[in-house]
Amino acid sequence: MSQRGVIVGKPYERLSREQVEIINRTSLDLLENPGILCYHEESVTMLEKAGAKVKATREGEHDAWWVSIPEKVVRQALDTAPSKVTLGARNPENKVVMDAEESRVHFGSGSETNYWLEIEPETFSSKKDGREQVFPVMKKSRGNLSFLSRSAHLANNLENLDFFIRNVNVQDEDITTDNKDVNVFFASLNNITKPVVGGIADFNQLEQVVGMAEIIAGGRDELVNNPVTSFITSVIKSPLQVVAETAEKLIAIARMGLPVVISTSPQGGSTAPIDELGMVAQVNAEALTGIVINQLANPGAPVIYGAVPVRARMDDLHDMYGVPEFCHYNMACAQMARYYKVPCYSTAGVGDAKVPGVQAAVEKMFTYTAVPFAAPDLVHYAFGLLDKTQTFSPEQAVLDNHQIGMVKFLHRESGVTTEAADKTRKVVEEVMNSPYRMYARYARKMLRKGGIFEGFPFEGEADDQDQTLLKLHERFKQLEEEKPQHLPEDVCKSIFEKTPGLLPRLNPYAN
Amino acid sequence: MKDELIERIVENVLQGRRNKEDEGIEEDYAGEPGVAELVQEALDSGIDTNTILLKGLSAGMEQVGQKYETGEYFIPDMLTAAEAVEAGMKVMEPHLAGEGASEGKGKVIMATVEKDLHDIGKNLVSIMLKGAGFNVVDLGIDVPAARIVEAAEEEKADLVGLSALLNTTMVNMEDVIKELENKGLRDKIKVIIGGAPTSDDFADEIGADAYGKDAFAAIRAAEQLLSGGKK
Repeated sequence: MSQRGVIVGKPYERLSREQVEIINRTSLDLLENPGILCYHEESVTMLEKAGAKVKATREGEHDAWWVSIPEKVVRQALDTAPSKVTLGARNPENKVVMDAEESRVHFGSGSETNYWLEIEPETFSSKKDGREQVFPVMKKSRGNLSFLSRSAHLANNLENLDFFIRNVNVQDEDITTDNKDVNVFFASLNNITKPVVGGIADFNQLEQVVGMAEIIAGGRDELVNNPVTSFITSVIKSPLQVVAETAEKLIAIARMGLPVVISTSPQGGSTAPIDELGMVAQVNAEALTGIVINQLANPGAPVIYGAVPVRARMDDLHDMYGVPEFCHYNMACAQMARYYKVPCYSTAGVGDAKVPGVQAAVEKMFTYTAVPFAAPDLVHYAFGLLDKTQTFSPEQAVLDNHQIGMVKFLHRESGVTTEAADKTRKVVEEVMNSPYRMYARYARKMLRKGGIFEGFPFEGEADDQDQTLLKLHERFKQLEEEKPQHLPEDVCKSIFEKTPGLLPRLNPYAN
Repeated sequence: MKDELIERIVENVLQGRRNKEDEGIEEDYAGEPGVAELVQEALDSGIDTNTILLKGLSAGMEQVGQKYETGEYFIPDMLTAAEAVEAGMKVMEPHLAGEGASEGKGKVIMATVEKDLHDIGKNLVSIMLKGAGFNVVDLGIDVPAARIVEAAEEEKADLVGLSALLNTTMVNMEDVIKELENKGLRDKIKVIIGGAPTSDDFADEIGADAYGKDAFAAIRAAEQLLSGGKK
């Protein structure tokens, strides 16, 4: 049983049973007509064999097929898709065990941002009276392997982060398409003992990445039992199109028996309807399509219903995360996944804001408070993401860790029992008969057991300045000093011997 | 035996156990003697009050203060420990009277001023003052200036601690100071104020001797104002 994450006692059901069935019906209808546009021949063959109607077409320079998927094919896939999926971890205590029939929510990072934004405190003097004061200055750098390694190390030390999706895109000069996957997976796995989940850019490197994971887990069977890395495939291009190369990866991962997230991210207002019913019906149909292909490739393979519906800004059609519609979409999707009894991968905590601050705090707190009420199994994008997923800020991630701690605390059990009521009566009687009638004495046990939330740990001392960012920077620097938990030397040696393309500079044991 | 008893007093102050009925912070204290019983045992076994006070109760409280400073302990721990010290002091009182030490570090009148019913802050300070070795007379809430001054005179107090939570009642603190002046007691009796709307500036404005921004600041201020103990 997973010790990570938090149980949401009574998941919020935004949709009535009837509304869930309306969305289900609409999605199934969409899958039949107009159906999906599939660019991957093997997927088409599998779907046709299972009972789908197929019609060849050309889309620009590419072969494509209109595929009409009947309800029975979807039903069959949902019947074989497991409701329990485990994301393994280098430290088995950090495993994330998902059960679609439970309601345990786990929080994780993502996505691959192009920029790393770090605070550099700087002293300024007032033009008015010469008074000196320290302010946080932001330094923005392009992502690279060093930042990725640092972010994985940080993630390992954030107690409320349950799984790691790499949050920095690497743009080093010695990184190419041919060596990117092995290096980013190694940089992640070598710095974190929690579950690593990620996408594969180049299909040819999938085997090498899995080989690396096998060495860490101790063999292929051991990896299936403890998948220290799991995968994400964006198999759908919204609306309703199956991408050839990603479908190939999805099928290969399914056949390896490793967990995979079907991630589809339509944008309400451009690649999906903006209204809740329209958006959820489409994204649901897209997630179901991925599950169908996965289960046709390997019935019973561990698969996660991944819906990342976002809303478009109306002024420039960029993604917009910190808005109520985003919560509506995501809460509804969590409900749909539960209806299908498939674990759900959801999203919350992205700041549309470019930098940490008031706007980011408002947007993030809003979504990662609201969405988990619907109890998706995984909430990704929850740490450090700013500028609509373009920027990762480690200091923001430290703040998110605290705020997510609050969210987890929010879902703690109430403790209301008959035995507790007896104790309450006794305590009130004692206090009413004491000289000062104070309950402080009785708070101590809860305090010691972690039953009382710590409050805001980044409060500044100044009366005339918000020093939160400076405090976050201090905390980040402290966490950076924590000893890295690298892979053992023999494991690293074996990985470097057997994995072409790994950059020697990533080996912690190289002199 | 003697050292062991004193150590157990210290330990029980840290655990905040007034008597055997109290739970400690940690488990396994059920039914074990608390500070009151241990002080009695120490007295019965001939340990002098000075040793019990300094090496037991005060030493315990000092450790609690250090743990608070390092973030290990919190206000509930401080309060509970102060209550445990107070329980021990009660047992010692009859013995202290004979030794002329009953006034401890000084006598303090505590009150929430007239028209104000709030007492958390005032209670906190009262308990902590007792734990720190002051002799405290707590007059409660909504106490008129005349009554505060009357009690201060009767009790031969060294210090008056005034509390208010409301903007509308904090002004009544000044009445107490004026009343002390009218009675010719102001030179002998120090005044500390505290409470959310009050401040250092306000203390200066009304002529108080000190402002305690929290209970610890109030204790420190009391100790500074009355340094040297009871005169």
